[in-house]
Amino acid sequence: MTKEELAVLEAKAKEIRCKTIDAIGFLGVGHIGGALSIVELLALLYFKEMRVDPENPRWPGRDRLVLSKGHAGPALYSALAMKGFFPEEWLHSLNKGGTRLPSHCDRNLTPGIDMTTGSLGQGLSAACGIALANRLEGRDSFTFAIIGDGETNEGQNWEAALFAAHQKLGRLVAFTDYNKMQIDGRTEQVLDLGKLEEKWAAFGWESARVDGHDIAAIAAAVEAAKARAAKPDAKPTMIVLDTIKGKGAAFCEGSVGSHNMAFDYETAKKAIAELG
Amino acid sequence: MATPAKEMRAVYAETLVELGAKNKDIVLLEADLMKASGTGPFQAAYPERTFDVGVAEANMVGVAAGLSAEGKIPFAATFGCFATRRVFDQFFVSCAYARLNVKLVGTDPGVSAAFNGGTHMPFEDLALMRAVPGIAVLEPSDAASLRGLVAAAAERKGSVYMRLHRKAVPDLYPAGEKFEIGKAKLLREGKHVAIVALGSIMVNEALKAAELLAKEGIEASVVDALSVKPLDAELVLREARKCGAVVTAENHQASGGLGSAVAELLAETGAARLARIGVKDEFGEVGTQDYLQDRFGLRAANIAEAAKALAKA
Repeated sequence: MTKEELAVLEAKAKEIRCKTIDAIGFLGVGHIGGALSIVELLALLYFKEMRVDPENPRWPGRDRLVLSKGHAGPALYSALAMKGFFPEEWLHSLNKGGTRLPSHCDRNLTPGIDMTTGSLGQGLSAACGIALANRLEGRDSFTFAIIGDGETNEGQNWEAALFAAHQKLGRLVAFTDYNKMQIDGRTEQVLDLGKLEEKWAAFGWESARVDGHDIAAIAAAVEAAKARAAKPDAKPTMIVLDTIKGKGAAFCEGSVGSHNMAFDYETAKKAIAELG
Repeated sequence: MATPAKEMRAVYAETLVELGAKNKDIVLLEADLMKASGTGPFQAAYPERTFDVGVAEANMVGVAAGLSAEGKIPFAATFGCFATRRVFDQFFVSCAYARLNVKLVGTDPGVSAAFNGGTHMPFEDLALMRAVPGIAVLEPSDAASLRGLVAAAAERKGSVYMRLHRKAVPDLYPAGEKFEIGKAKLLREGKHVAIVALGSIMVNEALKAAELLAKEGIEASVVDALSVKPLDAELVLREARKCGAVVTAENHQASGGLGSAVAELLAETGAARLARIGVKDEFGEVGTQDYLQDRFGLRAANIAEAAKALAKA
């Protein structure tokens, strides 16, 4: 990745971050922590790696994303709005009655959302089904999935892990947002995930672990997965992202309480101003 | 009509093979119970469209949802206990709430689970699934209705839960009879009491009950409900108003399933008095199907007794 390209993506990440803080702050409460920890990943996916058409959100040839940690929807909505899937004005309708942008992702409400999620642990299975269908149709589309670290407690992920490896879903590329925090505390205190990347490798996945706020590092891992997928019998890929919950907003960065947090619009504006 | 040699699961598999020939979007999912579901012929015909996910029902339902999001029409089967109570949230959120198109088949309904016993005996699957908005909840009663309802389920845009009795059962309808989701069938016309029954076991018991009642001068209508949700309110109400008395009969808890669906309809319309035959807030247990029908009061005699009490009241 060139320096110029990286600078563009970093600017996109900042914009996603600002819009997400703004949207949740405008409402006054929301899942800010786990939204801000995946901002760099979303910037990379939507502004470099993913083949999508905002004019035709269900274009069969597109790459798909299942945001299994559906509560991070506001970050994804920011990226989708910037990409042109819907007007940016929608962002201020977050969670209002009748909105097209609910707290958790809904494939029937929001253009660009590929799967309804929110009940944790279910998205990776759906991503497997999507990847299978794409393979049956002979499409070269990639299916991306983002799961949370707390979400990884759910056993269904490990059923899906076995299945994806068994089916050799080489065009399935998943990410774990490993921000080390879940609602009741640090993951190591609530339910220790141990050596997470080794667990995925043991389940038959290609596995990598990178700094989830380093766009170039994530890009390298995604490019490696894409290169492998070109070969027959490629394994699915899990990229564990070391991230920081609430990244980039001083009022919530690194705080367990940022999972679902109330903050006023002034706080949001101040945080956005600090991002420059 | 005589008991046919063919098992219901074989009819299920044959029907899917036929539908699959015309519609390549039909895919099959199993969770290490393909031998029990009898769907080997589909796998033999369309190996690339068959996915055995192993003993992982939650993943099966999630994978089905993903396939459906891409336009596939997944038929996913497992024992009814697992298809409902084990994966209720997966089916609820990833399939129904997501407005996807997954056909979930629960085999061995109620006492037909027999020797697998209480852990495997779904007496509550209909109650659970009736609570899921927008889906259809079906139980065919013979081979022809199974064929018809599987085809109707494949056609329907939206998720479906269907009970599947795996064994051979007596024919009730001629081959080629038409079936629709939400439509019941009137199998026998009477004027004193209407028996609304669900599934092979209870529809056949209801027909026997009608014979018993006829000997005592009570003429019973027998309605094969086929679709618990949507319920065929038109036919049920017509029979209820004509007879003034209704008995429901199901291989399931008397509350939460067909009995409750009919009770709601009758309470809201005041159309008729009601008695419900079904399991009375108990768990299942091991035994032959015969033993269990006696044990839980799922016999023609139970239906006839309730009908007589209502008709004479």
